[in-house]
Amino acid sequence: MIQKTKTVIEMRHIVKAFGDFKANDDINLTLHQGEILALLGENGAGKSTLMRILSGLLEPTSGEIWVKGKKVEINNPTEAKNLGIGMVHQHFMLMDSFTVLENIILGHETTRGMILDLKKAREQVLALSRKYGLAIDPDAKVADITVAQQQRVEILKVLYRGADILIFDEPTAVLTPKEITEFIQIIKSLAHEGKSIILITHKLEEIKAVADQVTVIRRGHDVGAFDVAQVSDDRLAELMVGRHVNMKLAKPEVQLGKKILSVKDLEVKSQQGSLAVKKLSLTIRGGEILGLAGIDGNGQDELVEALTGLRHVESGQFLINGQDLTNHKVREITQAGVAHIPADRQKYGLILSLSLADNMVLQTYYQQPFSKHGIINHPAIFAHAKKLIQKFDIRTTGAELPTSDLSGGNQQKVIIARELDRNSDLIIAFQPTRGLDVGAIEYIHRQLLKQRAAGKAILLVSYELEEIMQLSDRIAVLHDGQISGEVKPTETNDKELGLLMTGIKKEEVIND
Amino acid sequence: MIKVTTKTKNILVPLISIIAGFLVGALIMLAWSYNPIEAYSSMFSSALGNMNGIGETIREATPLILIATGFAVATKAGFFNIGLPGQAQAGWLTSIWIVLAFSNWPSYLLLPFAIIAGALAGAIVAGIAGYLRAQFGANEVITTIMLNYIVLYVCQYLMQQVMPTALRINTDTTKTISANGSLKIGWLSAMFGNSRINGGIFLAIIGLVIYWYLMKKTTTGFEIKAVGLNSFASRYAGMSAKKNIIVSMLLSGAFAGLGGVVQGLGTYQNYFTQTSSVDIGWDGLSVSLLGGGTAWGILLAAILFSILKIGGLGMQTIAGIPYEIVSIVIAAIIFFIAINYVIGLLFKTKNNRSKYYIPTRKEKAPNNSVDGPSEKIIEGSTN
Repeated sequence: MIQKTKTVIEMRHIVKAFGDFKANDDINLTLHQGEILALLGENGAGKSTLMRILSGLLEPTSGEIWVKGKKVEINNPTEAKNLGIGMVHQHFMLMDSFTVLENIILGHETTRGMILDLKKAREQVLALSRKYGLAIDPDAKVADITVAQQQRVEILKVLYRGADILIFDEPTAVLTPKEITEFIQIIKSLAHEGKSIILITHKLEEIKAVADQVTVIRRGHDVGAFDVAQVSDDRLAELMVGRHVNMKLAKPEVQLGKKILSVKDLEVKSQQGSLAVKKLSLTIRGGEILGLAGIDGNGQDELVEALTGLRHVESGQFLINGQDLTNHKVREITQAGVAHIPADRQKYGLILSLSLADNMVLQTYYQQPFSKHGIINHPAIFAHAKKLIQKFDIRTTGAELPTSDLSGGNQQKVIIARELDRNSDLIIAFQPTRGLDVGAIEYIHRQLLKQRAAGKAILLVSYELEEIMQLSDRIAVLHDGQISGEVKPTETNDKELGLLMTGIKKEEVIND
Repeated sequence: MIKVTTKTKNILVPLISIIAGFLVGALIMLAWSYNPIEAYSSMFSSALGNMNGIGETIREATPLILIATGFAVATKAGFFNIGLPGQAQAGWLTSIWIVLAFSNWPSYLLLPFAIIAGALAGAIVAGIAGYLRAQFGANEVITTIMLNYIVLYVCQYLMQQVMPTALRINTDTTKTISANGSLKIGWLSAMFGNSRINGGIFLAIIGLVIYWYLMKKTTTGFEIKAVGLNSFASRYAGMSAKKNIIVSMLLSGAFAGLGGVVQGLGTYQNYFTQTSSVDIGWDGLSVSLLGGGTAWGILLAAILFSILKIGGLGMQTIAGIPYEIVSIVIAAIIFFIAINYVIGLLFKTKNNRSKYYIPTRKEKAPNNSVDGPSEKIIEGSTN
C-alpha cells in the first residue's frame, strides 16, 4: 500500500464567476497520491465547473492550483495532460466506426516516420489493460461494444496518455449494477497502483464503497472535506443538500380506488420485429403504485410506448378508465388522462432548444387559454410556466431560457411539473430519477407519493431495485416480455427479485 | 479574442464578414488589373445611386424574399427544400397562363385568381415531395431535385404542345400579359425612374409578415418548429410529424410559387422557356441561408443580394469589368458572409445572463416551497 501523504493536487480558494453568478465560490480541494477523493454535490452545484478548471477547459476567476508541489496555470487541456491530469467524461468521446485500439491512440499515435506503428501501440495498450484489469478487445469496433466496455476504453485512453491523476465525471450513471461492481474494482486497483483519483458523483453508496476522502460542494460553496469512514450516509446527504433528507419516505395507507389501467394479453413488437411484449396482463387501481422491475431490454420500452400510443399493439388491448385506447393516437391517450414521464428526458421529454415556457405546454398548446383559434397566447403560456416554476421549485433564471440551460434535475422537474399538472388519472413514470442526485430523487419520489395519495394510478418502470422497493405497493417483475412474478415489497427481498428478473418463475423461487 | 456582448457580436460579425468579402473582391479585381474603387463606386451608384437603380434593386429582391421565406418554412420543419426553382417555375407559368386565358376578366378578380393559382401550383409541386417523405420516408433532397427537372420539362412540353397558339408568340415565348393581370403599378414605376419595380414587393412584405406571424404566434408554427427541432419529443407530445412535414412543404411551395408569380406578373410580364432551373430559385435559397431563416434576416439578405446583382450590371457597363469577374467578386462577398461563423470565432461573448436573473425560491427549504398541506400526508417516520 502506498502512503497517502504526498499531496498531488491542491486547489486553493477557487472562484469561477459567470457574470454575477458564481459557479464556484472559494473552493478548496486537496488530493493525495493513491487516494480516491469523491467530489460530492447536487446537479448544478459546481462540481463539473471545478473539474473543468482542473482539466484546463475553464479559466478560474481567482484562486491557485498547485500540482505536485508546484504552482501552475492550466490554460488548455494539453497543459493538463502534460501535468498528468486526465478526465474520463460522462458522455464518452469515442469514434463509433473506429476500433478500440484506434480510439485509444487517437491524437497520441505512435509513429515510425509517417507510418502508424499499430503493433507497438497495441503492445502498450495491452500491457496497460493487463496491469489494471481493464479487459478489452482491441480490434472490436466501438459501435459494437457495451457501454461498460466503452468506459474502459475511455480509461485506457487516459492512461495511455500517461495520466496519473484521473478525474471521473459521474462514471456510474450509465452502468448496470453488475457493471458498477466491476467498475469499483477497477478504480480500486488504479488507486492501489498509485494513481490518484477524483470521483465526481452524487451517489452516496458509491462514495461509501470506494472513496477515502470526500469534498462536498453545495451551490458553488465549499462545505468541507471529510474522511469517508467518519461520516454517515445521512450526514453526507444533509451536507450535500443543505437540509435533512428523508431517504425513506413514509407511505401512508391509501384507500384503493377503482381500476384505472387494465392491460389484457398485450403483444407488442420491438423495432427489430420480434415480439418484445408477450401476452402481458396487469391492472392498476387508483391510489396504487405498481412497480415494474426488470433488467433493461426485457420489453419495458415497448410496453411503455404501446401504452402511450407511440408503438403499434399487435394484439390484446388496454383500457384506461374503462375506455379502450389500444392503438389510439398519442394525443387521444394524453387527453384520456395519461401522464408520461419518459425514460430519455432529453430525447423524448423536452425540446431542448425551446424555452422552458414552451416545453411546459408541449401537449396543451392547442387548448385554451394557451391558444385560441390557432393563435398562441404567449402571456398565458408564460404565466403558466411561472406558476409551475414556483409550484415545483424549478431552479432557473427565467421561463424564456431554453431548457438546455437547465441542470438534469431541473430538466426532469420541468417534465414532472408538466405531466403532473395535467391532473391525469394514470401516471406512467419510466426511470423518473435516472442520473439525479438524492435531493432531486427525494423530491420526485415525494411527488409520486403525493399523486398516489390523491388517488392516481401510477406505473413505475425502473431498473433501480431500491426505488421500486421503496415506492411500490405491488411489484411486477418483467422478464422477456412477460410478468415472471408479482410480489409485495414487504414480503420480498433483493434476492427473490433478482431471481425473478432472470426469468425464474415465482413458484420455482419458492420451491428453491 | 475580443470580448463583446452578444448584441454587439450579432451586429459586428455580419458587418465584418461583408467588409472582408468586399476586400477579397477588391484583391481579385486588382489581380486582373481592374480598379476596385471605381468598380465598387459604379456598383453602388448603379444599384442605389438613383431612383431607377433603387427601383430595380427592390424589384430584384421581390421574388428572392418570397422564395427565401419558402425555404425557411420548410427548414423550420427539418425539411431541406431544394425544389424551389421548380416550385417557382410552376407558379410563374401558371399565373401567366391564367392571366392570358382569362384576359377579359376584371383586374380585381383576375389578379387574385392568378396569384392564388400560382401559389397553389408551387404548393402542389412541393407537396409531392412532402407527401413522399411523410408517407414513405423518401429523401427530400433527391425528390425535390428530380421535381426540378420534371417541372422544367413539363413546362417545356406545356408550352410547345398544350398551350393554345392564341396565347403565345412562338413555342418558346408567351404573349405579353394585359394590364389588368399585371402587378405593374404605374405611379410606383414612375416614382422609381420608370424601373420595373411592381406591386409584388407588397406581396413579398406581406409574405414576410405572414411568415413571422405564423412562426411566432400560431399553433401551426409552434408544431412546425417542434417537429423540426426534435421529432421524437414532438411525437411524444402527440404532434403528427407527417402532417407537419406536409403542411410546411405546402406552405414552402406556396411561397416559392409566389416568387415565380411576381417574376412573371411583375418583372417579365410573360413566360419564356427556361433552359435550366430558374436562377431565382437558387438565389432565394442562398438568401434564406444568409438571413438565418428570420424575417428580418431574409429581408436584409435579399436587399444585399440584389444590390450585388444590380450593381454587378453597373460594374460591367460603367467600369468595364467583364461579367465573369463581377460574378467572382459577388461570389467572394457571399462566401465571406456565409462563413461568418468563422468570423464569429474572433469574438468571445461576455456572459450577460445576470440581466435575466430572476431569483427563485431556492433558499427556502423545499418542504415549504413545494405545496403545502398535502405534503404532510407523507411526512413522518418510515412505514
